[in-house]
Amino acid sequence: MRFPALRYSVDPAALFKHGVLMVAALSVLLPAYFMLVTAFKSQTGYSLNKFDFPTPLIIGNFTTALRGGRFFLWFANSVILSTGSVIVSIAVSTLAAFAFAKMQFTGRNFMLALNTALMVIPPVVMLIPLFLFLASIRLIGTYSGVILVYAGLVTPFSIYLLTNFFRTIPHEIVESALIDGASALDVLLRIMLPLSGPALVTLIVVNSLWVWNDLLIALVLLPQDNLRSLMVGITVFGSRYNNDVPVAMAGMFLASIPMMVLYLFGQKYFIRGLVAGAVKG
Amino acid sequence: MLRTPHHIPFLYLAPALTLLLFAFGYPLVAVVNFSFRRIRGATGPFIGLDNYLQIIKDKVFHDAVSHNALLLLAVPVLIGISIVLSVFLYERVPGWQVYRSILFMPYVLAVPVVGIVFSNMFQLNGVVNELLRGAGLHTLALDWIGSSRMALWTVMGVIVWREAGFGIVLFLARLLSLNEELQDAARIDGAGWWQRLVYVTLPQMRETIEFYVVVSVITMLAWVFSYVYVISRGGPGNATQIMELYIYNFAFRNALPGIASAVAVILFVVTLILIVPLFRLRSANGGSA
Repeated sequence: MRFPALRYSVDPAALFKHGVLMVAALSVLLPAYFMLVTAFKSQTGYSLNKFDFPTPLIIGNFTTALRGGRFFLWFANSVILSTGSVIVSIAVSTLAAFAFAKMQFTGRNFMLALNTALMVIPPVVMLIPLFLFLASIRLIGTYSGVILVYAGLVTPFSIYLLTNFFRTIPHEIVESALIDGASALDVLLRIMLPLSGPALVTLIVVNSLWVWNDLLIALVLLPQDNLRSLMVGITVFGSRYNNDVPVAMAGMFLASIPMMVLYLFGQKYFIRGLVAGAVKG
Repeated sequence: MLRTPHHIPFLYLAPALTLLLFAFGYPLVAVVNFSFRRIRGATGPFIGLDNYLQIIKDKVFHDAVSHNALLLLAVPVLIGISIVLSVFLYERVPGWQVYRSILFMPYVLAVPVVGIVFSNMFQLNGVVNELLRGAGLHTLALDWIGSSRMALWTVMGVIVWREAGFGIVLFLARLLSLNEELQDAARIDGAGWWQRLVYVTLPQMRETIEFYVVVSVITMLAWVFSYVYVISRGGPGNATQIMELYIYNFAFRNALPGIASAVAVILFVVTLILIVPLFRLRSANGGSA
């Protein structure tokens, strides 16, 4: 039998592109699928078949995971660290970016260039002096010490992004406010910031993701059990349950929920923000 | 520009400057200083280049450096994958936005999660080998993480899996900002898909690709600690030892921060060298800083 209509609708090039994208998407989704189905298997179910869909669905792995790991505590610690450092960084960066974008002073371009350079210096280079310094002022193993470190490390990006954004705000708006007798600080707080919503959201998303996903700094600067961040916590959890794969996967699944939910709803901010550091504003 | 008295801009800059001095300024000066000292506690006697001489003689350090160098092989792979997939997405294959969301997802997942999931998948009796054996490919069912011959390549695969999303989205953003008339003109002139890619699309992406190369090189040399720490802790033996892990071990396990600082200084210098092309790229793009 012949289907003449199909002869015209199948374009081999389009088919090929679809094929490649499909393979790429599948290889991204397979580990996620593995994590999900394994989390619902019993240990025997897992050892019998590692790939198929779990029957019956075992919920017990999640209760075991929640008992074996302190997910809520780790989660709360990570929320405190992310929130604290994002607030500190945005506060100081807003002020600095305002000066960079709207004021004239000597050394401005040099300082901006230096700031850009700081964006690519790996944190591991600074880690030893930061550790010794925090230890000497007794801020090792405290939220405030680590929040300051994180805030400092993400601040070059915050300044960079906000400076570029502030520059796009037309100067006429600033001028007319000044003529009406507003002070520089008024201009920043009453005019620039209310217009900066999208830039601030992008910044919150990117910086929180950075702090949230960091392992090295939290590992070194917050050694106590009860101050572990989610990343340190699940790393310990993963090695504790390396013989009970379903429980380990249930734990990983629990740990991924917050960021995945944020990604589903705020995807454009993730993409926009992570690209912003690379493309000229 | 606001006309302000001279001191006003610095009042606005002061909080950020203080924070940056704390997080970058002081540590960068101190780490260089530490690298010339035998640090015990907070400081120690000046010993010249001894720390450097010691790491140069250390076979483990050689392993670490060569493994970081091998990881650089991931850069061309990342570039290739990112170019192909971003160009396909740009051509508005039906459903391209769904593909984009999926392909970017790994970059949002935390490295420990990714590392633990993959290290379970790649166990000797894990799902990957089970599938390979099921397909009759018994010779391909290797000890991906447990053998020193394969471990580094497995880690590299995981790095590519997670980091490619950033390249794809970055290149796609660049493509979407291009003027499509050029593409149309080339098409009208009879240029095929391949010719348009090589003569129209890629030249316009050049700066973005170069930027991504530099950033990826820095990543492979100094920003992959969490992958290695979670997947293999540098093992088996020193098969996945890298410079960051070497720093971590010497500073916080062996209590020899002087040695670790010398390695950190080497990484710092390498980064500084790599920053130069980054600046050239940015000024070529027509922006300041």
